[in-house]
Amino acid sequence: MSKKAIQIDAKDNVATATSIVEAGDEVEVLSPDGDVVLKAKPVEQIIFGHKIALTDLKVGDKIVKYGQVIGIASKEVKVGAWLHTHNVNSANMHTEGPEIRGVT
Amino acid sequence: MAQFYGYERPDGTVGVRNHLLVLSTMDCSYEPAKKIAEQVEGSVAITQTYGCRDDAMLIHNLAGTALNPNVAGVLILGLGCETLTGDILMEKIEPSGKPVFNLTIQEEGGTIKTHAKGVRILQKMKQDIAEQKREAFPLSKLILAVECGGSDASSGLAANPAVGVAADKLIEDGGTVMFGETQEMTGTQHILANRAVNKETSDAIYDIIETQMARQKAMGISSRWMSKGNIDGGLTTIEEKSLGAVVKGGTKPIQGVLYNNWDRFDTPKKPGLYLMDGPGWDVPSVTHMVAAGAQVVCFTSGRGSTTGHAIAPVIKITGNPTTYANMSDNIDINAGTILDGAESLSSVGGRIHDMIVKTANGRQTKAEALGYQDYIVFRRSREAEHLLGHC
Repeated sequence: MSKKAIQIDAKDNVATATSIVEAGDEVEVLSPDGDVVLKAKPVEQIIFGHKIALTDLKVGDKIVKYGQVIGIASKEVKVGAWLHTHNVNSANMHTEGPEIRGVT
Repeated sequence: MAQFYGYERPDGTVGVRNHLLVLSTMDCSYEPAKKIAEQVEGSVAITQTYGCRDDAMLIHNLAGTALNPNVAGVLILGLGCETLTGDILMEKIEPSGKPVFNLTIQEEGGTIKTHAKGVRILQKMKQDIAEQKREAFPLSKLILAVECGGSDASSGLAANPAVGVAADKLIEDGGTVMFGETQEMTGTQHILANRAVNKETSDAIYDIIETQMARQKAMGISSRWMSKGNIDGGLTTIEEKSLGAVVKGGTKPIQGVLYNNWDRFDTPKKPGLYLMDGPGWDVPSVTHMVAAGAQVVCFTSGRGSTTGHAIAPVIKITGNPTTYANMSDNIDINAGTILDGAESLSSVGGRIHDMIVKTANGRQTKAEALGYQDYIVFRRSREAEHLLGHC
């Protein structure tokens, strides 16, 4: 069974993994209507609740979840990549703090 | 089922519990207060730990707790030399018509004499309230507080929107809902203000959120000011956490902001949805909303929480299926079925709504059955507020 990730709003450029996705697993991204909008094979582990990029992103691009801006890309990101504190900063506030990789 | 069964108080409010409150005005009288409360079943002792000054923020929250309809009677216990006297609290509590007594340890001649007198007062109140029967009341007499703590990505996807469905339904049935945690509204100002019923409320929403952002900036706090568990759980920025947090209040128009500071301590004046200005720290946030009149609390947690409250039932809900499996001794409702694809949001919201009414009718939450009595009053730093020009 392929792994699932959900896009909450049609405007979102990220989806949330609903179970752990291991590197190389195929993950189906479901739109708010339940359609498969993307099949990706992340090159790194993405755990439950973490985000997957639905498009390539450049530094400074807006990260959209819930149809709203939740931050900006701080590094270049490829479609299907894991998005978290190592490559996303706040759009509203000064950002510093942990780069958490490979948390379990 | 647009009604619930509760205990009517002399001021017309309706309690869903019949607690006796031993209100220690500050920590100097808390140890004897706890011993007295232990002697009479159904009694609970509370205090605050910011010293004995007659600070309005402390008075608002302590008196608010005593005025909550879940409290049937009050015994105030002071040491005797504090500036925050029992008389100050009596003056605020007495007009409600509920029984309230005031003792000080220095006047009674030590703790043993105080114990004896305090226990007799509670014993008499306990006998009297035991006669009271629950009666049916419309949901317009019910105020629900919603809170989230130990959030992860499932909170914003499952538990919070499901509680939002229940909150909407309660308001449609004439009830009142409040939610707080101002710092967890960061980046959602425009969304919340758009739902304000008037300009005053819209301005107040911007005011409390931007004031809180200024406090955080002054503390040198960055947008990653979240718990380790929040970040491990997939939340990347405070905006992401906030967008997932505010959906717990549902989608109804916002009737007003309930300020909680030295000048004002607001309570809802009519049914509908309200924002409570307060800390993102779970137990004080719940404490303040209960002091503003909430009789029942819904508390969502992706990572898992044990929180109860001294005088209000706290229904805990998780949207994370693994957390429910791990902590089902503490979590009342599994909203993880939404992410499993096994149940719709509206179905889970309906279950939460039914549980709110059942809990109001007397069903104990898991935290109540375990005897958890969390209670913390939070007071802002006066020094910092002066420096920031906020008071």
